[in-house]
Amino acid sequence: MVEEVVVFGVWVSPYSRRVETALRLKGVPYKYIEEDLGNKSPLLLKYNPIHEKVPVLVHNGNPIAESLVILEYIDETCPQGFPILPKDPYERATARFGSKFIDDKCMPAITQACWGEGEASDKAVEEATELLMFMENELKENRFFGGERIGMVDIAANIVGFWLGTFEQVTGVELMTRDKFPNLTNWSIEFVRNNVIKENLPPREEMISYLRKKRSAR
Amino acid sequence: MAVEVVLLDFWASMFGMRVRIALAEKGIKYEYREEDLRNKSDLLLQMNPVHKKIPVLIHNGKPICESLIIVQYIDEVWNDKSPLLPSDPYKRAQARFWADFIDKKVYDTGRKLWSTKGEEHEAAKKEFLEILKTLEGELGEKPYFGGETFGFADVAFVTFSSWFYALETFGEFSMEAEHPKIFAWAKRCMQKESVAKTLPDQQKVYEFVLGMRKRLLGE
Repeated sequence: MVEEVVVFGVWVSPYSRRVETALRLKGVPYKYIEEDLGNKSPLLLKYNPIHEKVPVLVHNGNPIAESLVILEYIDETCPQGFPILPKDPYERATARFGSKFIDDKCMPAITQACWGEGEASDKAVEEATELLMFMENELKENRFFGGERIGMVDIAANIVGFWLGTFEQVTGVELMTRDKFPNLTNWSIEFVRNNVIKENLPPREEMISYLRKKRSAR
Repeated sequence: MAVEVVLLDFWASMFGMRVRIALAEKGIKYEYREEDLRNKSDLLLQMNPVHKKIPVLIHNGKPICESLIIVQYIDEVWNDKSPLLPSDPYKRAQARFWADFIDKKVYDTGRKLWSTKGEEHEAAKKEFLEILKTLEGELGEKPYFGGETFGFADVAFVTFSSWFYALETFGEFSMEAEHPKIFAWAKRCMQKESVAKTLPDQQKVYEFVLGMRKRLLGE
């Protein structure tokens, strides 16, 4: 049977970029469909009726939604390729914990800190700083969260590795400074330099332009 | 000799119950430690410094946090019996998706049923019924969310059944009348020893929720 892999995403979304990164790491060819979130396609709504969001991976007509669920699926269906999750159960639990932490805690705090207003934003800056410190201490002086090579947590942390920098540039909010976060800063440089990662990041200037437009439209 | 498996938990936590069910399914002996959530132990704070929450499983001194992550860990380490996740990757992805849906939606909206008043409460009631409708849609005619056998998504949701009486009372609905499939599914799950022995009495949970509601809303 010919394998057919389709990814529904949006170019600015760290979540859909995660899925593309994983597929590229495994060397899996796929078809990419760019969605207009203001006018979602009938196909997207059919494949993700519950959340109506991107990313969605469709493998031989079978849809999977939620980026972290998709990453595990990709890893399990291509067990011989580049390992996204470690093999050891304890390390797997740690990787799942780190990825969930980024989605449940870091992302909302970073978003509120950079894009929120007034007191709520100030509080979020404090919270985001605390959360980033957990990541800083977890990373230590390792090259990647995955060790010598990138892994699930690194892929999930693309928000911190790339998007955070663009938010900071556009809003003027400073969260990840080198003196406070030397490990994370070094990691983010390695991250965006990685051959597979850099192919799957939106061009920085275009991302910044997009964010600037969004900011002035508010 | 040090105890190999320790669980830091709270009796009424539907998240902690998930871990207890998984441990029971696998026949794992463990030490249960009840936490006072208003006076958390040093051990809990040391083992879960990021979230400071239960449940925490401590296996040979190493902590694992977040209930669904713990359940997957248990499934992977004690993989000789009672698999909780299916072997097919697509079915596994579906199980994880629905467990994630339950995590994202059921607790937060359910909480609003007993902790809010007025307009917020009305909105929560509507939202909660929509969530139950979605879950019933997914369950369909299957005996379990996992299909023929009790699995990961069932573990994720069945613990909320001990809160059904409380949720029905504050949400002003009847599970049996309005969501009969879920009602039947919960009864079916209760026939499993691991579930029946783990879930606390619904009346006890209701009284506990009443107490929390009083403290929050003063009534």
